[in-house]
Amino acid sequence: MLTLLFDGIAYGMLLFVLSVGLAVTMGLMNFINLAHGAFAMAGGYTTVLLMNRLGVPFLATLPLAFLFTAILGAAFERTLYRPMYNRPHLDQVLFSIGLVFMAVTGVDYIIGSQQQMISVPSWLQGRFDLADVGIGKYRLFIIVVCGLLTVALQMILSRTRFGSRLRAAVDDPRVAQGLGINVNQVFLLTFAVGSGLAGLGGALGAEVLGLEPIFPLKFMVYFLIVVSVGGTTTITGPLLAALLLGIADVFGKYYAPKLGAFIVYALMIAILTWRPQGLFGQKGSK
Amino acid sequence: MSAPDRQTASLEKVQASLRAASGWRWWELALGVLAIASVFLSGSHALLLNEIAILALFALSLDLILGYAGIVSLGHAAFFGFGAYVAALFAKHVMPDPLVGLVVTIASTAVLGALCSVLVMRGSDLTRLMITLGVAAVLYELANKLDWLTGGADGLQGVVMGKLLGTFEFDLFGKTAYAYSLAVLFVCLLITRRIVHSPFGYSLKALRDNRLRTQSIGLSVHLRLVAVYTLGAAIAGAAGALMAQTSGFASLDGLEFHRSAELVLVLVIGGTAYLYGGIFGAIAFKLLHDVLSAWTPQYWMFWLGLFLVVLMLVGRDRLVRPWTWFKRGGQA
Repeated sequence: MLTLLFDGIAYGMLLFVLSVGLAVTMGLMNFINLAHGAFAMAGGYTTVLLMNRLGVPFLATLPLAFLFTAILGAAFERTLYRPMYNRPHLDQVLFSIGLVFMAVTGVDYIIGSQQQMISVPSWLQGRFDLADVGIGKYRLFIIVVCGLLTVALQMILSRTRFGSRLRAAVDDPRVAQGLGINVNQVFLLTFAVGSGLAGLGGALGAEVLGLEPIFPLKFMVYFLIVVSVGGTTTITGPLLAALLLGIADVFGKYYAPKLGAFIVYALMIAILTWRPQGLFGQKGSK
Repeated sequence: MSAPDRQTASLEKVQASLRAASGWRWWELALGVLAIASVFLSGSHALLLNEIAILALFALSLDLILGYAGIVSLGHAAFFGFGAYVAALFAKHVMPDPLVGLVVTIASTAVLGALCSVLVMRGSDLTRLMITLGVAAVLYELANKLDWLTGGADGLQGVVMGKLLGTFEFDLFGKTAYAYSLAVLFVCLLITRRIVHSPFGYSLKALRDNRLRTQSIGLSVHLRLVAVYTLGAAIAGAAGALMAQTSGFASLDGLEFHRSAELVLVLVIGGTAYLYGGIFGAIAFKLLHDVLSAWTPQYWMFWLGLFLVVLMLVGRDRLVRPWTWFKRGGQA
């Protein structure tokens, strides 16, 4: 029971790190980016390829996955995403679905459609018992890493100069520009960090979630659920939504495996019908 | 001229413009003739034509919702798949007559649409996307799990249809199927055409463009949205029923996310808020699909994605005007 809860929390934390970048682009920059999962996949594949083909140790691949995806994100933001910022939502949706289709088939073509296996180092394997709760070491590792990231993110957004610049740029790009904030640069950096986090999440989650070319489509709905249920105005909203989703999913799969993802979707519909702006969203925001 | 007179005069003008907009054009008749003639000319391609007709009908229903009423939906396949299952189950367990099955399907999908419309009316574009997506996903999971009813992942097989109108049998070449689908498409086109050019249709467009203003001039927004969503769902259900009846098969494929995404794409290729957009889009998409999947069977989705990305970067409105592609700024 508590073991399940623990697994659910780990899963939720992972989902949070995966989707927090999306929460920023979607909530703060008001851009519906369905291709977010593709960046996560890029991170996952970076780790897998580095480990299996070049023999880089697991821990060293994590920052590399972050870096690579962040650079990829920055490049895409510069060239493809920026012209789409002011378009209607439908255009953005179609544009990013197009990117997803390309990513899925591209990876399929280059690397192959089989599921990629990843072997975590031996000190992260196995589990130990702590007061009747079976704790998987790797899951604990995920929780610790993701927890640290969350705290750091919250600090950056609320305490640093960059955070306040970002919030200003989002609220009113024109005025922010007038105040001497380089809005393009702020957005570029934010997008890159968001993608990088997705890539890191993908690298961490490769073992838990499984990595195959269809990944972005398979988890797209989960990311969207986290963001839309959590509300897009804060970071804590998506965090709690991700935890809720992770726990519900793990419990659902354990107690009612026949229903599968049904529970999660039904929960989402119920929550969104009850509070369309998300659980923690404020009314009147976009 | 006194004030009431002026009012009647302007009212007449509005009515005249509505009539003019709803008049038939010569090319619409030509298109109809071409569609009918294609049955005889096509030979072995009647099955492809049938698929185009069904896709066009499906796109028509989304156009009503998305193009005219401005409801963003990424889960329209829910109604298509639901319709397909209802039609297949009805034919299998109740009676095999296609027309009765069609009517039953339309009625039940309309009920589902009305139920969903309550969910869809709330929130922003994002919430709407998620809820439509969620409804389709829930139906997908249900159809997958209730395998005693729907056949699960294998789909519902062995659906045998009766003769159409008691005389025409569905054959392997799909000519009857195409004629049947074309007839249904035509009837639905007539209905939507009538609706779109009616005051109700114009109020939908007003609502799409500015919901707040529409509300403040005293139009009931919610009723209209429920009505149009229900109608759109019913037509999508009809498309699903046609699919199941003419192929004798209903499967999870009809409920998948791919289908909703493709449909939006079809509509965007053809043009939204334009009834023939769905039809032209369906023709273009199916031909494109046929050519691409013959060329690269496994990777045709890549080209689809590339096409989407380029289309969106260039801008939907400018696709037909290539000389404006590299100009900066001036896009609609």
